[in-house]
Amino acid sequence: MNIGIKNNTNIKVEKRVSIIDRTLRRLQENWRSIVIIIPFVWLLMFFLFPFFIVAKISLAEMKIASPPFTSMVEWADGGIVTIRIVFDNFLYIINDSLYIDTYLNSVKIASTATVISLLLGYPIAYGIVRSGPVAKPILLFMVILPFWTSFLLRVYAWMGLLADQGTINSLLISLGVINEPIQMLYSEFAVYVGIVYTYLPFMILPLYANMEKLDGSLNEAAADLGSKPTNTFFKVTLPLTMPGVIAGSLLVFIPASGEYVIPDLLGGGNVQMIGRVLFNEFSRNTDWPVASAVAIAMLFLLVFPIIIFQHYQGKAAEGN
Amino acid sequence: MYGKRSKFLTVMVTIGMAFFYIPMILLVIYSFNYSKLVLVWGGWSTRWYKVLFESEEVWAAVNMSLKIALVNATFATILGMLAALSMVRFGKFRGRTLFGGMLVAPLVMPEVITGLSLLVMFITLKQFFGWPENRGFATITIAHITFSMAYVAVTIQARLTGMGQSLEEAAADLGAKPFKVLTSITIPRLTPALISGWLLAFTLSLDDLVIASFVSGPGANTLPVLIFSRIRLGLRPDINALATIIILVVAVCIAIAALIMFRQQKRDLLDQQLAEREK
Amino acid sequence: MEDDLILDNAISQNGKKEKPFVQIRGLTKKFGAITAVDNIDLDIYQGELFCLLGGSGCGKSTLLRMLAGFEFPESGSISIDGIDMSQVPAYERPTNMMFQSYALFPHMTVGENIAFGLQQDKIPKAEISDRVNDILKLVELEDYIKRRPQQLSGGQRQRVALARALVKKPKLLLLDEPLAALDKKLRKQTQFELANIQEQVGVTFIVVTHDQEEAMTLSSRMAVMDMGKFKQIGTPTEIYEFPESRFVADFIGSANIFEGKVKNSKVGHLTVSTDVGEVFINYGQSIAEGEKIWLGLRPEKIYLSKIKPKDIGPNQIKGIVEEIGYLGETSIYKVRLENGQIIDVSAPNQSRPMSRARGITWEDMVYLNWEPESAMLLTS
Repeated sequence: MNIGIKNNTNIKVEKRVSIIDRTLRRLQENWRSIVIIIPFVWLLMFFLFPFFIVAKISLAEMKIASPPFTSMVEWADGGIVTIRIVFDNFLYIINDSLYIDTYLNSVKIASTATVISLLLGYPIAYGIVRSGPVAKPILLFMVILPFWTSFLLRVYAWMGLLADQGTINSLLISLGVINEPIQMLYSEFAVYVGIVYTYLPFMILPLYANMEKLDGSLNEAAADLGSKPTNTFFKVTLPLTMPGVIAGSLLVFIPASGEYVIPDLLGGGNVQMIGRVLFNEFSRNTDWPVASAVAIAMLFLLVFPIIIFQHYQGKAAEGN
Repeated sequence: MYGKRSKFLTVMVTIGMAFFYIPMILLVIYSFNYSKLVLVWGGWSTRWYKVLFESEEVWAAVNMSLKIALVNATFATILGMLAALSMVRFGKFRGRTLFGGMLVAPLVMPEVITGLSLLVMFITLKQFFGWPENRGFATITIAHITFSMAYVAVTIQARLTGMGQSLEEAAADLGAKPFKVLTSITIPRLTPALISGWLLAFTLSLDDLVIASFVSGPGANTLPVLIFSRIRLGLRPDINALATIIILVVAVCIAIAALIMFRQQKRDLLDQQLAEREK
Repeated sequence: MEDDLILDNAISQNGKKEKPFVQIRGLTKKFGAITAVDNIDLDIYQGELFCLLGGSGCGKSTLLRMLAGFEFPESGSISIDGIDMSQVPAYERPTNMMFQSYALFPHMTVGENIAFGLQQDKIPKAEISDRVNDILKLVELEDYIKRRPQQLSGGQRQRVALARALVKKPKLLLLDEPLAALDKKLRKQTQFELANIQEQVGVTFIVVTHDQEEAMTLSSRMAVMDMGKFKQIGTPTEIYEFPESRFVADFIGSANIFEGKVKNSKVGHLTVSTDVGEVFINYGQSIAEGEKIWLGLRPEKIYLSKIKPKDIGPNQIKGIVEEIGYLGETSIYKVRLENGQIIDVSAPNQSRPMSRARGITWEDMVYLNWEPESAMLLTS
């Protein structure tokens, strides 16, 4: 009868509601897992997974096709699976001196540029820390502005300065210092200038952050105990600023060693750095297996050591 | 004794600032050069700005870059915040080391490698699933979100560890369940870090060249890609004009941010004084 | 006289008939290799203002945090009002904590801070508003309801923190070094205010502090903690006048410690021989003759005079004044005894000028004596 049907519907509705209820409640209890899973899955898909593909390609052979490499797993007739892994690419890059030379060159340029940045950036950072209450925010603003301005455009600015008809040469010629323009652009020198110029804020800011927190009375205590200023600097100040020095140096060295834009725009074809080589192998020669092998090699030589270093730094910090 | 050292420092700071700004000032000056040859002075003119404003290509690129940057900043901030919370507040969980490594890696990875790997993945996806058909807005945005969220996560992680847990404990003590603590205490207190994370992601996206070059396709130009293709061939005055505009916009934004911070500091000082008087 | 000296047993002050409100049994907490709290038992009764006193690292804060639910023990149990707390998380406990740093929410006003706890219990808005106003009246901050914590002085923030914890009418209020951040004058004033509020509200307070004076002023009962264990539990008077160990004797106030052997043990009194003389104690403790024991004598309980006493007997020693410390109210004399031990004697400066009035100066031979009930028996 009517009552019976009504009861039935009620029960159905209640059942449906309780399933929704239960899922909602389970979501509420496990909200933490959801928070973790969302970024985790994203990174797995768009960060880790691509690397596996790159690794796979590095073990393949180049092929004129799209995509331009042999696939790893081939299904032959009769359902037999053959796996073709080729280590040729790695052997190739190890044997071909181009890659090793370029890699070493990149490390050389990046580390020299880092040292220059440090030598320039350290006093600048210290100077800002020591400046008066009016000057300090202005100086900070002046360091932060280039940091946020387009990196590409700042490199472009130096193209104008270093060119043969560029500002520096024109100035020197008009002053009579030289007669012929000095070749500055499209050289290693230009690359150094470019890297230091663009990455200097990355050195200054961590140093500044570290130095700002230092206890000024430590220097006074050292002086009180008879230490001359130079000695105080080397024995007290410098060791305490080490964390800032390391942070700034890493922030410059790592991206600099993989730089592509600066060697391309300021170095022309003359400065070989590994970032450019990789780009060229990939886009021009379309030798993806080799490019992938280079990428994987770079990962092992550059990135993993850094991650391990960071891991230990983190552990040391926890210990404190 | 300290006087002598501070002279050295003052000199260094002045040289440093000159080093930073002379190239940029020259850039700006040459944008007003009438001559087509950037380095040959032909008198003052704003014609290159006109050329810039009339260039459809440039507007399209600006449009594309801004859209990508907005979407990227928003999603990267959300994902980065979730990631930072997981790493700092949730203790040990399965895969934590892997997660932490994946959050740090984009910061230390040369961009060419990240770009290469993402391109390769998109191609593979296309092979197997048919998507993405054309690389452009979607692929660039996904790529940007992936590396931006690492930067945001680091910023927020630093703030979270610095913040300490006593406020959250107080809230729990007063009866708030963990989720409530998160929404009423932790996240509101993170607001400044969230804002600076958003801005960081926004800027990184606007400025990115390498990764966008790898994962974009024909017809999808971001502003840096456009600029790069033009300047590879040499100096161009309209680029100088573009550079000037960008520098101006950035300077204004930073000035506004600085003003806001300054006003906040003043307000804090007033609060303190109010408290002192009442003692 | 002996009757005067039989003190009430502290526990019976609250009546053994009453069941303890907080019961802690066998509680242990380790942090890695360090044992912060070592197998302790404690009973606290309703309405008490109980202090946990100890130096840094003694485990008192860890114990408090376990009561609040921010740490969980390795073993042992805590029960509050008869309910076992082992599985109960912090946000479900009938306790509220007043943090040392106050932990006020900076993005909320004073009113919102206090209302927060009530909102978690889903109490209707009208009632929340009333209760917030009432508690602000109690701590005398009604006009500050719209202020933010950054706009308050240290003392005001402390009162807001207290109000926020009390407004929920918790069964147990935990206070972590509540007065540590205040300057001395404010601290004294607040001590009395705090004790008054506790009496008015009737909530059981457990206070953690490292300041002995604070513990003595505030508590109805207290426990001295060291290295994760309780050294002694009792009323302030008991702890001060009747410490059971050298640690407690020296921790609260100061004490001169002597080592000796029980010579004569009778009901109601005993004699101890030390290498500076005999000590006669006229209250009873059953300690066997020949037992080694320590004695404590507080500096203020010793009389000193340049006049040689007529009768020779126990509770008398002599020595040479080595140092005199003038403290304004009192002077502390450091006296070197015959066996080389240096003890402290303090005496109020009841007339001026001080040493001339008493006539004592450096290098003087002085004669010290004390009442037979003044020596404290320390069994460890």
